[in-house]
Amino acid sequence: MLYREAGQFKTSYAADQQLFPILQDRIGVISLLAVAAVGVPLIASDYWLTAILIPFLVFALAALGLNILTGYAGQLSLGTAAFMAVGAFATYNFHLRVPGLPILVSFALGGVSAAAVGVLFGLPSLRIKGFYLAVATLAAQFFIPWLLVKVSWFSNNSSSGVITAQPVEILGFVFDSPVRKYLLVLVVVSVMALAAKNLVRSSVGRAWMAVRDMDVAAEVIGIRIMRTKLVAFAVSSFYCGVAGALYAYAYLGSVEPDGFNLDLSFRILFMIIIGGVGSIMGSFLGAAFITLLPIFLDIVLTDGALWLGLNLPSGMTSMAQLVVFGALIIFFLIVEPLGLARLWQIGKEKLRLWPFPH
Amino acid sequence: MAWKKTVAAAVTAVACLAGGTAAWAQQAGTQFIGITGYRVGPYGANGAAFFGGFIDYLQLINLRDGGVNGVKLSWEECETEYNNAKGVECYERLKTKSATGPTAIHPMSTGITYAIIDKAPTDKIPLITFGYGRTDATDGRVFPWVFPIMSNYWDGATGIIKFIGSKEGGDANLKGKKIVLLYHDSAYGKEPHAVLEAEATKLGFELKMIPVPHPGNEQQSQWLQIRQYKPDWVINWGWGVMSATALQTAQKVGFPREKIVGNWWAGTEVDTEAAGPAATGYYAASLNLGGKGFPVVQDIEQIVYGKGKVGSNPKLIGTVLWNRGVAAAMMTVEAVRKAQEKYGKKPVTGEQVRWGLENLNIDAGRLKAMGFNTMLPPIKVSCQDHGGSGQVRFQQWTGSEWKSASDWMKGDSALVRKMIEESAAKYAAEKGIKPECMGS
Repeated sequence: MLYREAGQFKTSYAADQQLFPILQDRIGVISLLAVAAVGVPLIASDYWLTAILIPFLVFALAALGLNILTGYAGQLSLGTAAFMAVGAFATYNFHLRVPGLPILVSFALGGVSAAAVGVLFGLPSLRIKGFYLAVATLAAQFFIPWLLVKVSWFSNNSSSGVITAQPVEILGFVFDSPVRKYLLVLVVVSVMALAAKNLVRSSVGRAWMAVRDMDVAAEVIGIRIMRTKLVAFAVSSFYCGVAGALYAYAYLGSVEPDGFNLDLSFRILFMIIIGGVGSIMGSFLGAAFITLLPIFLDIVLTDGALWLGLNLPSGMTSMAQLVVFGALIIFFLIVEPLGLARLWQIGKEKLRLWPFPH
Repeated sequence: MAWKKTVAAAVTAVACLAGGTAAWAQQAGTQFIGITGYRVGPYGANGAAFFGGFIDYLQLINLRDGGVNGVKLSWEECETEYNNAKGVECYERLKTKSATGPTAIHPMSTGITYAIIDKAPTDKIPLITFGYGRTDATDGRVFPWVFPIMSNYWDGATGIIKFIGSKEGGDANLKGKKIVLLYHDSAYGKEPHAVLEAEATKLGFELKMIPVPHPGNEQQSQWLQIRQYKPDWVINWGWGVMSATALQTAQKVGFPREKIVGNWWAGTEVDTEAAGPAATGYYAASLNLGGKGFPVVQDIEQIVYGKGKVGSNPKLIGTVLWNRGVAAAMMTVEAVRKAQEKYGKKPVTGEQVRWGLENLNIDAGRLKAMGFNTMLPPIKVSCQDHGGSGQVRFQQWTGSEWKSASDWMKGDSALVRKMIEESAAKYAAEKGIKPECMGS
């Protein structure tokens, strides 16, 4: 009744081609952004901002990057964390070595560097597919952190290979408090997410999906496979690179190459598997699930044990948390193998019929 | 209707989370200590020993002395799994748990230290990094909130060279000797490179550095290389499974274990017991002695484990890492005690604890009075020197326990100090910090 596009007539091409063609979706997205930009900073504590919302947004962006490559273009990658590392270290070096460079330009250059590295490691995708490609991108995952430790120039000769992010300043405005950092991340992530949403329905996005679904057929209808795949690697790595830069500049403040390990790549891969492969929304849902659920379980189990008067050692609750988290992942994959985004879609379809389902 | 259940679950989850964090307040009137620990994950065994000792000492202070000058201690441990992101989350969570903050944080991980090092000044929470973390933080004028108490990696590396020198009959005899640095190929393993190279030029020994890729459970080629090179000594800069593998492989290729010196993270029971008989004779640097022969350890055994029955794990008592945890807890408690001298006998804030740490002076008499005796060297912290000691002691594995093999000794402190100041000045320039002492 509430969610129905009946009666919304499109009278121009512009109206027909807009990003969110249904009025209710538009209202929903705008109000969500308004709440995130105005409401959240007013009520959220530092803990919520720095430990929950900022990492959620940063990981959502990284998951979005991987989703473009894996979900839309069908190229499985295990190098996400490595591309994030390139983004973080490139941003650091551009900002350090080019005086007066605006930080947003440094972020963009960090993303471009990650894109270049992504294209390089994407070259094998022209010959190999599926799991074999995953193994090839695994090379990036091992090579890049090793290189960043090996060549100390990348970390400005820091004795341990760790870089410390410079202060973030835009037009004289310093982003130093959690609220400001959150707003910076929110703006970057929303702009890039909307851009991605637009990109995947453009000719480029359609070419990716054609290659994903059947590359021979795509080639027959005139899509240039090499170009399409490499563009997917470039765009995906760009997103991951910017996510890496935000990870360093807005979230942790100092990062070491070892932090961008295979574990992180897998976490991001799990985000898109649980959230929904080939869905912008799914990247956000998956990031929320993987980053927030363990924290939630940890707090509930610790406080719950305390409430019940049990004096459990901290290791015990962590183990219990891992067990519950693993069980929940399996549960979700059985109930909805296509991810949380699919649940969202089913929900929307039911809403359309509600309250008269036939 | 799976989606309905999911939505309902999600809503409940969010509601509980919001309630859970807010409804938590520590017992008023206690000194709350936030602990970012790890007992699961790849380094869980190390963390269980360290944090077990840490909490056992806090229990002892409460049970035996009734707190610090009558102020009881309370604490909460948050599990980081040695993961940087989780460490930040724990830090943020613990920071709001009490009106006086988490006292002082021991991150027990170089990665987590780096991740929260920039947050500490804004939050006014001191960090104590006991034998790890940022070496140049020893310069308290640039890093007022970070305390690498005892020794840092560069003190450790030069200390090992000094020890090798003493075994060779003086530093002069090191000329022309061949030393191999076998290191964990990570940020941690690269830490001693610059200082060892400087030592090699200065003392005239030949240095060869051989990396071992993480995790280090395959070292055939490295030890083959070592056998061809025929070094006089091997320095093992290992972590976790790497050290045990190094010792076993050394036995296989016939390299004497008496010629291998580990650093302090490669010198615990976890390393040697895994290597079995191959470890006998192996030397390692240490920040603290292991063993049960100290009154404080016996007190914990009797009061915390015996009467109170609240000890963490009786098997760990007296191990090197457990004793290190006890020593780390002692530093937090002593900093609180020092701060109370100036600010009154009530729970003290992070800022006051920082002052307490910077003016910490634990001499031999105080160590004896607390029952630590020779487990630790005397520590005197100042604004210039946040380390406070710079000394290491060497132990040898007899096959069943670590036995002291030297007195407390200092490496090349002039060289280390020069490098620390250079590195700290570079950080200060990068960050726009004006180096100065904070005072109170």
